[in-house]
Amino acid sequence: MTPPASNFLQRARVLTRDLRHRDLIQTALGKYEVKRDEMKARFQDWEGARAAAAAIKAEAIGRLDQHLETFAARLEARGAKVHWAPHAEAARQIIVGICRDRQARTIVKSKAMTAEEIHLNEALEGAGFEVVESDLGEFIVQLRGEAPYHIVFPAMHLTRGEIRDLFARKLGDAPSDNPEELTMVARRVLRQKYLAADMGITGANFAIAETGMISVTENEGNARLTAALPRTMITLVGIEKVLPRLADLALFLPMLATVGAGQLLSGYNTLYGGPRQPGEPDGPEEFHVVLLDNQRSAILADPEQRDALHCIRCGACLNVCPIFRHVGGQTYGTTYPGPIGAVITPHLRGLQEWKHLPFASSLCGACTEACPVKIDLHHHLLQHRRNARAQRPVWWEKLAFRAFAAVVNHPALWRLSLALGRLGQKAHGLVRGTRLDPAYAWTQSREMPRLAPQSFKQWWRQRSANRAGRDAGTGPDAAGP
Amino acid sequence: MNPRDTILARIREALRTPAARHDAPAPPTPARGETTAPPARDFTGLLPRVGPRFEDWTAAFAAASKELRTEFVLCETEAQVRAELLRLRDAAGWQRLAAHRGRWVAPLAGALDRPVLWTDDGYDKSALEVCDAGLTGCDALVAQTGTVVVTSASAGGRALNVLPPHHVVLARREQLVPDLPTAFRRLEEQYGASYPSMISLITGPSRTGDIERILVLGAHGPKRLTVLCW
Repeated sequence: MTPPASNFLQRARVLTRDLRHRDLIQTALGKYEVKRDEMKARFQDWEGARAAAAAIKAEAIGRLDQHLETFAARLEARGAKVHWAPHAEAARQIIVGICRDRQARTIVKSKAMTAEEIHLNEALEGAGFEVVESDLGEFIVQLRGEAPYHIVFPAMHLTRGEIRDLFARKLGDAPSDNPEELTMVARRVLRQKYLAADMGITGANFAIAETGMISVTENEGNARLTAALPRTMITLVGIEKVLPRLADLALFLPMLATVGAGQLLSGYNTLYGGPRQPGEPDGPEEFHVVLLDNQRSAILADPEQRDALHCIRCGACLNVCPIFRHVGGQTYGTTYPGPIGAVITPHLRGLQEWKHLPFASSLCGACTEACPVKIDLHHHLLQHRRNARAQRPVWWEKLAFRAFAAVVNHPALWRLSLALGRLGQKAHGLVRGTRLDPAYAWTQSREMPRLAPQSFKQWWRQRSANRAGRDAGTGPDAAGP
Repeated sequence: MNPRDTILARIREALRTPAARHDAPAPPTPARGETTAPPARDFTGLLPRVGPRFEDWTAAFAAASKELRTEFVLCETEAQVRAELLRLRDAAGWQRLAAHRGRWVAPLAGALDRPVLWTDDGYDKSALEVCDAGLTGCDALVAQTGTVVVTSASAGGRALNVLPPHHVVLARREQLVPDLPTAFRRLEEQYGASYPSMISLITGPSRTGDIERILVLGAHGPKRLTVLCW
């Protein structure tokens, strides 16, 4: 087993039995579900909206090269600098380089999953810079020194009591466990950071080709401040975030808010098309946009799974996933957890090392139903399984399937195996659920299904014989109800 | 090869194979022509319904505002707006204000008898941070979602409408539009090829649910958002 797989199993084993964790997640997601469904119902045609969004993303991805060229040209025409990063290391070097050249002292950052993906904070801190996460949830997990739990709700696994204790320990300021007071503590601390910061780093939810703008969605206003106050602004954006037109946002913004957080529209949806322009009173003097590939072109090169690039990182598939809800976000050990994480992580970090994620699925398809851009998520999980086994077949699995085929193709063998099975189950009772049990992986926490005492064929034969006996006396008309 | 060409070459190579779906015919591969965008689509029939009349729009904006905890006041005259501002000033105890020299904003902010920080010619961030309220104009109000559309051109820059704890929007009735598609059309008509460096769709006061999904207003941006429309 690869280290990521054994880590996954180990953490999953702990969390699936953690009732407190389960309560917390079910409560949070229960509230979310109510609001999500309420907002969905306000759309005149939600399914039509999904179809339109999927078609627009297919168009955007199908012409990605042209859209990126237009996007970069428009941005540069207004004084922004566009950088192209083929891989994570290149992106880190570009961003650390900009911070060094500008002699940045304090860097404020608004939530960006791409930055998590390339481990930007570690790189910046390693180079001697102070980086402050400004999104409240990210700020909390940064203080705890851990990765976000969820791509939209980073701190959803923590209670207010835990956050109060954290603030008391790290900030020396925690008046109570009232969420409002705790939020105000973070507001005060971060305000001072904002006023001092000379570098702002953001992610982007969309990149508009037509007008050369990035679009940032948030609720708190932290990204707004990150893009307003520091002298230099850097935006790290994955190349797949492209939308062809500005007007496409009229569809994508409310859809993202609806399935992402159960809102009709998020608090702030903001477009940035350059640094401060002549005649404008404020804004950064420099605006750098870093376009990140980092294996996205490899997903593009897989015609079957190309639509994984439609993803708008709303988190809807995580929220409905029975696996995610039980094992929790940090168990995955990936930047992107949940179904979309299980689909793209094997592309980003290697199929053989991460194939346990597509295997850890009930294939129920809830993710595919929830996806606002209609990514065929659960079929992609199946395709990963197929590809993983085709690349590296497992001998005992092949043998087992060959044996199974032989048994089900030969009636005599089938009857024999049933008889042996019933016998075996009797003996199994002696070791069931103990370490000696060969089926321990299953029986340690589940019931073993019992073989029926007789097969369907035996039952049918018996039934027909009984009927024949009865009918012989009463005639066909009395077959009864 | 430079990094730009490397990435573009990878993309072009990947796109030579058309996309394939397990359950449906592959979507047609877009033509590799000069044009970059397909014809615009109309999303009006997909999004939440908004009535055709102006009264429907004001009612929708008021309902959305109530949900979002935006304070929305529909006024008849500019004098009424001035009275409303004075009431706000006294109720909240405004000492220092920030505003920009917009056509409607400047006279109204100037008439409040409080020192005003004008952001137009540059300003000190710390001075703006201690203002009690920021008064700005806007580009549009969106009835469908209760959204205020501002730009760095229409709202005194990037920080004025997000740094002070109370954001007061002064909007004209003709700025109220029914839905998001109309709002984006307005922006295109207004700015065309020369957009301001920032366009923001503000929907309610700053908020967070990051602690146990419990709503708290004023996470980083304004705790209060007031829209006065006449």
